[in-house]
Amino acid sequence: MRTLKFLLQKEFRQVFRDPAILRMIFIMPVIQLMILPWAADYEVKNIRLAVVDNNHSDYSRQLISKVTSSGYFQLQHYSSSMQQAMQEIEADKADLVLEIPAHFSKDIVKEDEASLMMSINAINGVKANLGGAYLRSIIQDFNREIRLRWIQFPRFNPELNIETTSSNWFNPHLNYRYFMVPGILVVLVTMVGAFLTSMNIVREKEIGTIEQINVTPIHKYHFILGKLIPFWVLGLFVLGIGLTIARLVYGIVPVGNVATIFCFAALYLLAVLGLGLLISTYTSSQQQAILLSFFLMMVFILLGGLYTSIDSMPAWAKAFTKINPVSYFIEVMRMVVLKGSGLWDIRYHMLTMAGIAVVLNSWAIFSYRKRA
Amino acid sequence: MTNNRIITANQLTKIFGGFKAVDSISFDVHEGEIFGFLGANGAGKTTAMRMLCGLSMPSSGSATVAGFDVYKEPEKIKRSIGYMSQKFSLYEDLTIKENIRFYAGIYGKSDAFIKDKTAKLLQQLHLGSEANKLVRSLPLGWKQKLAFSVAIFHEPRIVFLDEPTGGVDPVTRREFWNMIYEAAASGITVFVTTHYMDEAEYCNRVSIMVDGKIEALDTPSALKRSLHAASMDEVFLKLARKAVRSGD
Repeated sequence: MRTLKFLLQKEFRQVFRDPAILRMIFIMPVIQLMILPWAADYEVKNIRLAVVDNNHSDYSRQLISKVTSSGYFQLQHYSSSMQQAMQEIEADKADLVLEIPAHFSKDIVKEDEASLMMSINAINGVKANLGGAYLRSIIQDFNREIRLRWIQFPRFNPELNIETTSSNWFNPHLNYRYFMVPGILVVLVTMVGAFLTSMNIVREKEIGTIEQINVTPIHKYHFILGKLIPFWVLGLFVLGIGLTIARLVYGIVPVGNVATIFCFAALYLLAVLGLGLLISTYTSSQQQAILLSFFLMMVFILLGGLYTSIDSMPAWAKAFTKINPVSYFIEVMRMVVLKGSGLWDIRYHMLTMAGIAVVLNSWAIFSYRKRA
Repeated sequence: MTNNRIITANQLTKIFGGFKAVDSISFDVHEGEIFGFLGANGAGKTTAMRMLCGLSMPSSGSATVAGFDVYKEPEKIKRSIGYMSQKFSLYEDLTIKENIRFYAGIYGKSDAFIKDKTAKLLQQLHLGSEANKLVRSLPLGWKQKLAFSVAIFHEPRIVFLDEPTGGVDPVTRREFWNMIYEAAASGITVFVTTHYMDEAEYCNRVSIMVDGKIEALDTPSALKRSLHAASMDEVFLKLARKAVRSGD
């Protein structure tokens, strides 16, 4: 116990003397949380629209103004040449071409049926999909409006009409930031846990002090605990800063109990610290440790459900998320922050995380050798 | 000097892959002596020392340090030894006092012991006014003297020094050897590797390693006599010229 006291004293002193670590702990969460949620946004806005109007009628103008006033589209190009519009697409100046045929208004009036042509730049699949869907629904709306104007509906509509009313739960305004901010918090805590721990231990290998430690009678459990405890504390501290920023800047107040989040985070950090320790036993320089942590973080985050839904992943990727600690914490964060889940609701997550923590730490302790 | 054997090595060998870094060396070190461990770069000195300190697992052979077996009781050995490696191994981002306190602490020394001895040590080293400065800011010679003091702070029975005076100026080297003599006088056995042949003259006995084997082991004067050499420098050159291995 006394040995541990000396180790902790040393570690905390070193952490608070290292400006790089302090910056990482205090500035990184602020910047990540202040900037990322504004930019990392799924909503598709500012779709650049090119209109090829061969009709130049009242109807075509009404349609165009309806589309542009929706707020999702920017009229980038307006002409009566399909060729010119396609050039805009090729130069990546436009995302979508709406072609209005010459007989558009005549068809509406005489034939009661008209067609339009949409050409979409599908390099960015999400943007293309959503842009097309938005435009289609605006056109449908437009369609209904003119029908109302033209046709006198009978008292009973002969066409079957199913009305859908939807209500959004847990995030009623579909605010994307409510979804992103808890996820970014997870990334932050993970960085502190895995990056800092692995770098810290590998640094001692680099400067040679680890050899001096290995030649003392110190028990390896003590040494490892001495390394893990400070970063465990720092990780929880960063989480606290992050939650405060989420509340002050985005008004995100967890529906559930903050203690539940910290409870899970305490367990989660054990797993991530184990990972950092493991990285450090398999690397011998800080560069190697950073590259390896970076690679693992990329995989964990991209396959962790931060940006994309786990439900739509292929089976093998879904299987991986079962052993990916990041995906559990992201899920728990969203459950507690948005739905107000309690400890009992996340019991399965807690158990799994404890399991992952035990496996990673035992593996790391097993492969840490005082003697080569 | 008693003739108690505090280190014994018998056919001690370390093989890395197909390379015999240390090739069945056998020797004894007596309690209280200053034992010089000489050899060219790559001769296997550091590897042999690391095996004795419990940092490296021997491939074969046997050895005891302070009466403990290197295979079975490495942790007991570690309690009885001090070690100063080739690489400087104090924490540069801790102060002089903090480094002393940390290393003494993990050897299980009491607060009172640490406090008393730190004050004495700082006075001896004339570092009293610098006690709260970061180690980073000290000149190399001072760092080496401090590292040595920290290595024997917990009063071990043996101290292993791996090229402790590399890169240090002659005056500081002289002071460093005075410290080694003081330590030996207080009963600590000193096991030291070096490249400087003038330092070899200061040792009670020296062994000279060539290509992983011990080529000669005796007192400096006996070695000079048997090899008809005027100085240890000449002794070393005569023996080390046989080396096949190139330095690192």
